[in-house]
Amino acid sequence: MTLPSDILLETGEALSANKARSSLTILGIVIGIASVISMVAIGQGAQNAVTSSIQSLGANLIQVMPGATRGVGFTVNQGRGSAKTLTNDDVDAILQNVPYVAAISAELSGRYQVTAPGTNTNTQIIGATVAYPTVRNVSVAEGVFISDNHLYSFAKVAVLGPTARDDLFGEGADAIGKTIRINRIQFTVIGVTTEKGGSGFTNQDDSIFIPLTTTQRYLVGDTYLTSINVQAQNADVMSTVQEGITAVLLDTHGIVDAALADFSTLNQEDIVSAASGVTETFTLLLGAVAGISLLVGGIGIMNMMLTTVTERTREVGLRKALGARPGDISAQFLTEAVILTFAGGVLGVLIGFLVSFIVSVAGVIDAEVTLSSVFLAFGVSAAIGVVFGYYPARRAARMDPIVALRYE
Amino acid sequence: MYRWVNPDSSSMLELRDISKTYASGQVGLETCALRGVDLTIHDGEFVAIMGPSGSGKSTLMHILGALDRPTSGAYLLDGRDVSQLSADELAVIRNQKIGFVFQSFNLLPRATVLRNVMIPLVYAGVIPEKREALARIALTNAGFDESHFTHRSNQLSGGQIQRVAIARALVNDPTIILADEPTGNLDTRTGAIVLNTFQWLNEHEGRTIILITHEHDIAEHARRVVTLRDGAIVSDVVNRQPRKATV
Repeated sequence: MTLPSDILLETGEALSANKARSSLTILGIVIGIASVISMVAIGQGAQNAVTSSIQSLGANLIQVMPGATRGVGFTVNQGRGSAKTLTNDDVDAILQNVPYVAAISAELSGRYQVTAPGTNTNTQIIGATVAYPTVRNVSVAEGVFISDNHLYSFAKVAVLGPTARDDLFGEGADAIGKTIRINRIQFTVIGVTTEKGGSGFTNQDDSIFIPLTTTQRYLVGDTYLTSINVQAQNADVMSTVQEGITAVLLDTHGIVDAALADFSTLNQEDIVSAASGVTETFTLLLGAVAGISLLVGGIGIMNMMLTTVTERTREVGLRKALGARPGDISAQFLTEAVILTFAGGVLGVLIGFLVSFIVSVAGVIDAEVTLSSVFLAFGVSAAIGVVFGYYPARRAARMDPIVALRYE
Repeated sequence: MYRWVNPDSSSMLELRDISKTYASGQVGLETCALRGVDLTIHDGEFVAIMGPSGSGKSTLMHILGALDRPTSGAYLLDGRDVSQLSADELAVIRNQKIGFVFQSFNLLPRATVLRNVMIPLVYAGVIPEKREALARIALTNAGFDESHFTHRSNQLSGGQIQRVAIARALVNDPTIILADEPTGNLDTRTGAIVLNTFQWLNEHEGRTIILITHEHDIAEHARRVVTLRDGAIVSDVVNRQPRKATV
């Protein structure tokens, strides 16, 4: 039996004898592997981006909204969002009766015309409480956020989102201490929040935060809430907390049948999993397209190996006459195919990394090359070598030595 | 591990009623290359198998060389029926028992002279450290000039190439050398050198030489001449005074 070192020597000679053809054949695998690696990396990057942007709304968040969702999916309920079924009492009820709640933030938001000297904008005014920064993952860049004192005293103070600040006072301007008018009521700016970037759901950067009590008294004139955001203590108790909230609110609202609930709860995990479901499908699609190119590359290998086997028919006959067993012959050609695809795999992984790096540096998407996709690519390329090299190798091994020797 | 083990002390090859038919291109048509050939060759003989083209001598050579199996009949090599052996076992016979010398030389063009001679050693499982020494001995025995050991075959003359082929046939120390028109592509002088080498190997090393040729002049160098015509043996004579190949 031939030693592995002999086979490798033969393979090296055979492949270098046809450098141009070998490298062109490898190219198919290189492109295939590189596209699998980079496409999966881009898909993974997109998934990370979506997940982190949802997470940036706040960690372990459960949103309670007025109005009902009935049945499977979001059956449109007339007047949902404008329903006034959530009140400050509900917040207290949740705080007192639902376990594992880390923080709770009651909000009343609406769009109002806001003016500053010389400019005006229409933006979202969020009536918030002290817990808002914790629950919704917002931090203050300059100044301070709304305090309990502001809430007790119905203070006319405002914390601006960076976009709102830019719109009203110019980009990067110092807005602290200045005054703005919301619905013709004068507010003093006490802080500016840190820029978070658009999340797709709500743009907290383009918001103005004022005390909830102030909103209820001066802007709305009513004590309802547009949402209650509850932060669970950890990810494991999310559903417990969600169930607890539902039970408590049904109880306080005096509703017996859960199907008739006048509020709805939305678990952040649900949003994350729905969104990652989309990006996973997207990744799968990209990977599948890349996989097709890998398949084409594999067929290229097979094509080359068949040509090689035919070209070297006489060599096969000679080797058989000199004592090569069928296994020796097939090992020789199979090794050639596997070395070809493996070399293509290594190059493809490198190029895949490069493409992912370029995409990330260019700022398109923060592509993430996963180790599993690299292993997968290596495995697949070696498997392609075996699968697509097997048939040509077997053909060579089964060649009749006489026919092979006589072949011209 | 892969050595050919001689199960019988009387080393010889024996063909019993060997026939070989090939299916022709058209359905139902068969070409009969050999019809009922009986032939026994003992160890140490120098036999020429002669016949015009189409006489079946190449087919006979393929069967003798375990490159092909007969359609019917038995081929006993050292008492074992070769026609019953597996592809792997046939490969061992070709590797250990028989050394081939072809008309068209058949060297690997991309490998050096030494590497070409080492091929049978690779398949015999000889460790790499020993191969070069064995190849050098075989090349020297075949009369190949040492200064060309690292040349590639496309840098050699026909006579040199055939010496490499002979060295390659000898390197595994086979008892039988099977030469198919070994002088066919050589001029008379180099042909004589090759024949002289065969005679030397036969007389001094006791190797069995089977020489396939269509030329009388060549066949006369053997000590026994078997003539084939239309797939059957028409004469089998002992050549009492073989022609000496003069170099």
